[in-house]
Amino acid sequence: MNDLRDLYQEVILDHNKRPRNFRILPHPTHHADGVNPLCGDRISVYLDIEDEVIKDITFQGAGCAISSASASLMTEALKGKPIAEVEHLFDAFHDVVTTDCECPKGLGKLSVLAGVRDYPSRVKCATLAWHAVRAALEEHKEAVVTE
Amino acid sequence: MSTLELDIARIRAEFPILRQRVHGKPLVYLDNAASVQKPKAVIDAITECYTGYYANIHRGVHLLSERSTVAYEKTREKVRAFLNAASTQEIIFTRGTTESINLVASSFGGQTVKAGDEILITGMEHHSNIVPWQLLCERTGAKLKVVPFTDAGELILEEYERLLDGPVKLVAFVHLSNALGTLNPARQLIEMAHARGIPVLVDGAQSIPHLTVDVQALDCEFYAFSAHKIYGPSGVGVLYGKKALLEAMPPYQGGGDMIRLVTFEKTDYADLPNKFEAGTPSIADVIGLGSALDWVNAIGLDAIAAHEHALLDYATVQLSEIPGLKIMGTARDKAALVAFTMQGAHPHDIGTILDREGVAIRAGHHCAQPVMQRYGVPATARASFAVYNTRDEVDVLVAALWKVKEMFEL
Repeated sequence: MNDLRDLYQEVILDHNKRPRNFRILPHPTHHADGVNPLCGDRISVYLDIEDEVIKDITFQGAGCAISSASASLMTEALKGKPIAEVEHLFDAFHDVVTTDCECPKGLGKLSVLAGVRDYPSRVKCATLAWHAVRAALEEHKEAVVTE
Repeated sequence: MSTLELDIARIRAEFPILRQRVHGKPLVYLDNAASVQKPKAVIDAITECYTGYYANIHRGVHLLSERSTVAYEKTREKVRAFLNAASTQEIIFTRGTTESINLVASSFGGQTVKAGDEILITGMEHHSNIVPWQLLCERTGAKLKVVPFTDAGELILEEYERLLDGPVKLVAFVHLSNALGTLNPARQLIEMAHARGIPVLVDGAQSIPHLTVDVQALDCEFYAFSAHKIYGPSGVGVLYGKKALLEAMPPYQGGGDMIRLVTFEKTDYADLPNKFEAGTPSIADVIGLGSALDWVNAIGLDAIAAHEHALLDYATVQLSEIPGLKIMGTARDKAALVAFTMQGAHPHDIGTILDREGVAIRAGHHCAQPVMQRYGVPATARASFAVYNTRDEVDVLVAALWKVKEMFEL
């Protein structure tokens, strides 16, 4: 069961059980839904952006431990960040969950999701919330889909 | 020991794929409702075709073409006998259940359904028995009506009866639900539709490997199934249709093999069943289906069903003892599969953890999203049984589910 612990690390289990920033923002400046048709998971992200900076970011939805924890960790990582950094962070995070790269230092807690790289079918779970944020920033009207 | 008791060890030995280990554990394959594994006899039949006598069918004057044609058409007779259809002209080879249903929606539906008409399906359909009818409705202006079901997963017959009184042109229902395991009362549903002169299509994708189907006794107009669910190869399916209806229906696709005479002015179509088999079919795979039916017949569907039912009963009891586990689909008449959720663990996580224990299950919406919506869950986990599964494998499943609880501290 040790290798499963590489995937389901304590931090992930904790964020799954007690997701942070798990609420709806009443008046978001940006909002989008992400859908993973494979498992039916649906995550909505809400952003409050002022002067190109993410003042607040929250999410809602039902998903597996990986997608919920990833969304929760993402909100923590992005809060207070300039939106110009989102793409860069997403790229670095994407590398971490899909390649054998060494985890870049700037990723902080997000690197606990590195175990996903050994479970290709779960990469979409880990990136669902990020796709939704990207869609929100691009002001997509329809839900983004991971397929 | 009952006469129906099977030598499962011997049957398992016929499946080369089951011998392997995954993640260091013996493979426990419980994703049979998605697709079932193939016995060596079927694999050999396909290999023999390609190595011994493969050629295109129906048009060669040479020996190989003759032999391929004979083997292909022999399978049509095997399917006829398996379904107890009246004639081989009523057996159309397709790519699968999905194409069989699309054929009926397009050809029969296009011919008979008009604006204001209704198509009646049930709330527990697979997407393949929903979307073709939605497309037909979009094309024609007809309406799709849905028979609801109870929390246990049983169709509400009073509602069915009421809905039948509408301008219904066709009833299409799933024989055995892939999401709930419900075995619908096909004969009764068909009789009720016939009492109002409404034709019926039965989606037999799940039922075909688990129970004896007699299309004449059922008296359905159409019956659709896939080879890959009954130990045959993927890429081949069957549409049974009553001859008079098939004869009156326009072709589904145009091409080679479905014509009698083509000129640029006009084309005369071939007789049944070729009219509905345009283009070169999946010849070796059709022959593989024939071999699969021989294999099933040699064991006997009744014996297979009895074995699977005992497994289902055992699994239902064992799973019910896991705290927080909820079985979805508790109909009185069920077959071959158990779908469930676990409080605090998403089906996707259950699937991943079980996989590391060697247990292959399905996690997701099972191409039946309306069923998930009905119960307010995004997804379920599903263990589904075939003749080669054992009680020991159910025990491995149960032990693996306890590991899920351990992992998530439930």
